[in-house]
Amino acid sequence: MSQVFHDIERKIILSLRSNPGQDLGGLASSAGLSPDQARRGVEWLRLKGLASVSETGSTSLSLGKNGTEALELGLPERRLLDALAGGPKQVRELQSNLGGAFGAAMGLAKKNGWIGVKGGTISLANAPRDLPGEGSLKKIGAGKVPRESLDEADLAGLLARPDYVVRDVQKAKTVTLTPAAAKVGVESPQGAIDVEADVPAAQMAKTHPLKDTINEVREIFTTLGFAEIVGGMAQPCFWNFDALFTPQDHPAREMQDTFYLQGMAARKVATPEQIRNVSKSHKDNWLYAWDVAEARRMVLRTHTTCVTIKHLAETKPDEARVFSLGRVFRNEKVSYKHLVEFNQVEGVVAGRGTTLRDLMGIQREFYRRMGLTRVKFWPTFFPYTEPSLQTMVYNERLGKWVELFGMGIFRPEVTRPLGIKGQVLAWGGGIERIAMLRYGLDDVREFYANDLGWLRGAVPCR
Amino acid sequence: MPVVEVSYSRLQGMAGAPKTKIAEALPFLGLDIESEDGDSVRIEYSPNRPDYSTDVGIALGLQGLLGTKTGEVRLGVKNTARYSITARPGVSGVRPFVTGIAAVGGRVDDAMIRQLMAMQEDLHLGLGRRRARSSIGIHDLDCISFPLTYTVAGRDHSFVPLNSGEPSSVAEILEHTKVGQDYGRILGNSGRVPVILDSDSATVSLPPIINAAATTVTTKTKNLLVEVTGTGKRDIEGVLAIVAVALQGFGFSLESVKVSGAGNSTPKLQPRRASVKASLVQDTLGIDIGAARIASCLKKSRLGAYAKGGTIECAIPPYRLDIFGPMDLVEEAALGYGIQNLTPLVSPSQTVGGKSAFVEGLGAVDRAMVGLGYMEALNSCLTNPGTLYGMAGRKPGDPLSVMDSKSGEHTALRDLLLPGLLENLSRNIHAQYPQRLYETGSVFARGSPVSESTSLCAVTAHKDANFSEAKSALKSALKAVFGLDITTRTSSHPTLEQGRCASVVLGGDVVGVAGEVSSGVLENHKIRVPVAAFEVSLSGHLPQAPKPRERH
Repeated sequence: MSQVFHDIERKIILSLRSNPGQDLGGLASSAGLSPDQARRGVEWLRLKGLASVSETGSTSLSLGKNGTEALELGLPERRLLDALAGGPKQVRELQSNLGGAFGAAMGLAKKNGWIGVKGGTISLANAPRDLPGEGSLKKIGAGKVPRESLDEADLAGLLARPDYVVRDVQKAKTVTLTPAAAKVGVESPQGAIDVEADVPAAQMAKTHPLKDTINEVREIFTTLGFAEIVGGMAQPCFWNFDALFTPQDHPAREMQDTFYLQGMAARKVATPEQIRNVSKSHKDNWLYAWDVAEARRMVLRTHTTCVTIKHLAETKPDEARVFSLGRVFRNEKVSYKHLVEFNQVEGVVAGRGTTLRDLMGIQREFYRRMGLTRVKFWPTFFPYTEPSLQTMVYNERLGKWVELFGMGIFRPEVTRPLGIKGQVLAWGGGIERIAMLRYGLDDVREFYANDLGWLRGAVPCR
Repeated sequence: MPVVEVSYSRLQGMAGAPKTKIAEALPFLGLDIESEDGDSVRIEYSPNRPDYSTDVGIALGLQGLLGTKTGEVRLGVKNTARYSITARPGVSGVRPFVTGIAAVGGRVDDAMIRQLMAMQEDLHLGLGRRRARSSIGIHDLDCISFPLTYTVAGRDHSFVPLNSGEPSSVAEILEHTKVGQDYGRILGNSGRVPVILDSDSATVSLPPIINAAATTVTTKTKNLLVEVTGTGKRDIEGVLAIVAVALQGFGFSLESVKVSGAGNSTPKLQPRRASVKASLVQDTLGIDIGAARIASCLKKSRLGAYAKGGTIECAIPPYRLDIFGPMDLVEEAALGYGIQNLTPLVSPSQTVGGKSAFVEGLGAVDRAMVGLGYMEALNSCLTNPGTLYGMAGRKPGDPLSVMDSKSGEHTALRDLLLPGLLENLSRNIHAQYPQRLYETGSVFARGSPVSESTSLCAVTAHKDANFSEAKSALKSALKAVFGLDITTRTSSHPTLEQGRCASVVLGGDVVGVAGEVSSGVLENHKIRVPVAAFEVSLSGHLPQAPKPRERH
């Protein structure tokens, strides 16, 4: 069965088959369609590659104001030559005779050698019988004429003069069938529709692209043997900072980097033993008077590490792989690369035989599963891990190495006071940055703009 | 992270290696190349390594890693007994400690002054905790007559401060100068302030605020005095060592300043002893290298090191304040070994992974809402009272607020999701309708101290949107995900239209609202189609949800 045509299309095809190459108006009447139906039908066929529309223009000419005057009085140069027919004349005499036309007429006649000039006297030289342009002027003066009926060379001089000739351009669209249209069958069963026609895009509901990336990251963590733990976004300083060996006068704890909740403090933050040990670790290593009141202040967590470290302090596992994923907060100016609130994931590995190389291996495997294969490691600094590394991942679109997750081994000053034995590897980072690579975004704010145009069309780069 | 701009040609000269080698090595010292412009390179260094804030400091690191010079960097301090500072008892209650060193015979040029000032600024900010713990004064040594006295003076004490031609009193300096306003509070309300005076009783410095003009360092200066004051002896001597190693790098000879009085003493500036077991390095890094090899790695990190059995004895230069214990030495060994030489291992996991039941529950909600034709939106938890209250037709509330936010858009934690979704609709008025959005997320309230719970909110916007559509979606979603049957009871809500608003009831408890958004609120958001909405709390239905419970 062949393609199904709309009745309009069918009529157009049939009409053009019996009479190829019609203009739109003619086609409409010969096919029995309104001009609008004919226009739409031709457009549909054109999109299907069955009809082509060629546009042709024809120009007809008539005389303007100056042209009409020249027809009556003769061209200025003709009048000059006529005036000289009786013998040489003085310039002044000719000027008064010809008026405003004198300059142009003189120029032209001199250039063509029709006259001779000697002192102030002008005489006839080799003037032809018919001057250029006179033939065309006469023909156009007889009535509107198609441009192609005139001699181009003769016409050129007239066209160059202001308001001698008026052009009237008429455009015509000629519709013809393409060779492909010769073969199509136009008769279809009753009720048949054009199933090959394009349709509008359906508006599909879906989860947010950032959420999809978050879920992908989560999925990979679980397949690497990590179990998820969750915790609150509002945390006492104790778990966000003190338990992680960040001294209370450290710049990172200042209000300009961290969101403190106005007037909020926790009554109880940890066990008396945990508080005693953390306090001692700070006093011994950072040499200052640790203050439990400072540790009670509530902040919006600056990382998810507070959740994992608290979990480790509570469970003290011999062996574990756990991760925490969620929103974290930084008091920053919002820009194309910084948000005040973003998602972070952090995994920890506890147990024997956990070395930096194992941690690097887990990282590389994580990236491999995210489809990122060019990965390298650089040393870096984090206050609560030692040694610390950062991963650099090569991005083809940007053509450069991009810093992604960080990792390290929790300092003994972090783990020991909380009674965590053995080494604990930690790794993680921001997810928006990965999602930006995934969706080819250069502005991280796009994720939280909830622009339906973008949400409906967002497709991950592969 | 702080950034220092240095020139490749100077680094090449000092590190004895070509530019390409240097550019390759920098990241493996933990230094990120931020940008390059011909010979000039901007290098980002970690806040725990202020000794990398000058090119001479970076060169010391490069020499080690590239093998040009390894082992500990020694401070060659000559004891001349020419210079001394005596502290008077009065400083004990104000700013108890002082120390110093003389640096002679160097060449001071603009580039060096610029680097030194940047280093000083970095030390003031970081280790100095905005000058509270320690602050540094650098002076023209030849303008000072020794011995110096570190003592206290009244607030009417007057001298000509740096960058000024007129004498001012301490009180005036604290009140009228930028540094006085920024750092004056460190001195508290005491009537006595710390000053360093020379043997002619001329003021040298008002720590931690400002130096005297008389000792200003210029390009004509040949010899320098560095003094550091602060609240802890170990702190200020560490800071002094960091400045001293830089000055030594700039070509100065160091001469000691004798320090005495009120619990002060002359700084030793000697390496500290520390040790690390080879097994700790092997087990932490996962490499099988012997103690002798570890010692040579540590030397490449510019530490003194020798193997003694299974232990490596180390000498840590006094400017390396970042080294606390053995684990820090493990990292130094890793850097000396070369991070690029550590190959990743994939070890099989003995653990069972899985998502939290809470997250699984939210995933089921996502599937239900998407199935009902709702598009997921994500909004920040941290929003602002305008969006939360005014725009949503609600009376100003008392949300949990954050202090000193740099963004006016983000000042308060949301107590409802609906205001955010209405804002989303308002930004999409030119997009094709129908528009149906939902969000699941945390909402916050005062508890003890903070109560955090999870809600589900949805809005539907199109010409026929109405209460029934919203209620119907809510009913189906909660039934499908949790097997719950909700009912609705006539009520009112400031965001919703009177007579078209209901409380959502579950087993006798009100868990949310549903209704048509009021015309006033739609007008606030310039939305021109009807909008129906619901918002319900999911806490209590999601496993392990952070319920509105007491969080410590």
